[in-house]
Amino acid sequence: MTTMTLSDAGLEAALRDLRVAAPPAVGFGALVEAGLADRYASIETPLGWAFVAWNGRGVSSIGRADDGAAFEARFRAEVGRDIAKADEVPERLGRAIASRIAGNRRVRIKLDLRGHTAFEVSVWMKALEIPHGEVRPYGWIAAEIGKPKAVRAVGTALAHNPVPLVVPCHRVVRSDGMIGQYSMGGPDAKRRVLSSEGLDTRWLEEEAAAGHRFTGSDTTHIVCNPTCRDARRVTPQHRVTFPSLAAAASSGYRPCLHCRPVSLAA
Amino acid sequence: MDTDVALAKRLARDLDAAFPVLVEAHQDRLYTIALRLLGDRRDAEEVAQDALVRAFRAMRGYQRERVATLRLRPWLASIAVNLARNRRRRADDRQPPNQLEPMLDTGFDLPADARSGPERRADLRETQRELVEALLRLTPAVRAAVVLRHVDGLSVTETAEALGRPEGTIKAQVHRGLRELRATFETSALRQPTTPALARAARLLPALEAIR
Repeated sequence: MTTMTLSDAGLEAALRDLRVAAPPAVGFGALVEAGLADRYASIETPLGWAFVAWNGRGVSSIGRADDGAAFEARFRAEVGRDIAKADEVPERLGRAIASRIAGNRRVRIKLDLRGHTAFEVSVWMKALEIPHGEVRPYGWIAAEIGKPKAVRAVGTALAHNPVPLVVPCHRVVRSDGMIGQYSMGGPDAKRRVLSSEGLDTRWLEEEAAAGHRFTGSDTTHIVCNPTCRDARRVTPQHRVTFPSLAAAASSGYRPCLHCRPVSLAA
Repeated sequence: MDTDVALAKRLARDLDAAFPVLVEAHQDRLYTIALRLLGDRRDAEEVAQDALVRAFRAMRGYQRERVATLRLRPWLASIAVNLARNRRRRADDRQPPNQLEPMLDTGFDLPADARSGPERRADLRETQRELVEALLRLTPAVRAAVVLRHVDGLSVTETAEALGRPEGTIKAQVHRGLRELRATFETSALRQPTTPALARAARLLPALEAIR
């Protein structure tokens, strides 16, 4: 049995002994909230399971990897921050990403794009404007961001998109209409993602091969990018195709205000 | 606290680079403060993490000069105390305080010592458990003063700064707190010895009878 007649010093020592070490989640969690470290977990995508990393400032990386260790290693090398596995993506974020992949452009997803150039960010933000199930050529992005000659740089920026699927770089195709490269697994993966959005990629590539770069309606005399939803509403008997915007213009067609087709460098 | 003065200057120079150092240096004490104020590990984890995050955001908004001259120990303690107070108020609105879990949450692993037998260790554990419970029975104002002054080890001046009360008030509150804690121990020495297992069995007994 304890007999306690505590001196002040004894009681003060007993109080000092009530100090404990914080569980590791406290410090790491604070670093994550401050955006100085990240957590990651897997999400389901049209390409199967992928990893998503996030911190207090937003989603910082999405990618496929053989396993978590490979994703972590790549993240540390490319981003330079510490990262740890979480059980799952926070519920709201998970729902927002799923909703965005399913085509809802309005759902808000914060992105942590620190460390990237203003040019890259402007390319990615422009890609976000391309509707679900539609594609635009690299040259379209270049023209829209006011750098019409920077077509190659646009391609490079898209290849470096740290958050594919959320920023839909898969909706940007080669200026000749062919499908082009894709950071998340090459052209086949890109076809799969676009198919999951309801786009007939075989039709798209056939049109491109046939030299049909633009689609118009002979009732409205408006010319569009071929996948623009306005173009796809045109019935076959009123549908006309053009190899160039100049050809469309000389036939009296004006560019669509929704998809804003641009002349593509030959 | 020379290291804190140097750390504040580093934070002012490069917040992102120096913040992990602050986390490493202060996470244990913020967690301890929150745990001893609230008595619940999960709440304490959240409060400690939140305190660090709020400190980071506050410093991001401050002028460099203000960050460089921050007195980190009392400043961080005041953030944790305020968050713990808000959390306790919200919890009080929801439900009466749970008296059982905090008792089980003393947060200790006593060193295995060959010379002190299992009985001695059980006694020590019991003592700490009682001290933790006794702390939680103090009024919030007195508890905060005792926790900052004697668990965390701030000076009277720093405690006064952290709690925004005059030093005289702090001294009186600490004095009163220690007196009440000591009284608890003197009473407990007269009580029947009890073990956690026995206490739990006693609580479960009515339920077991009911099942039968």
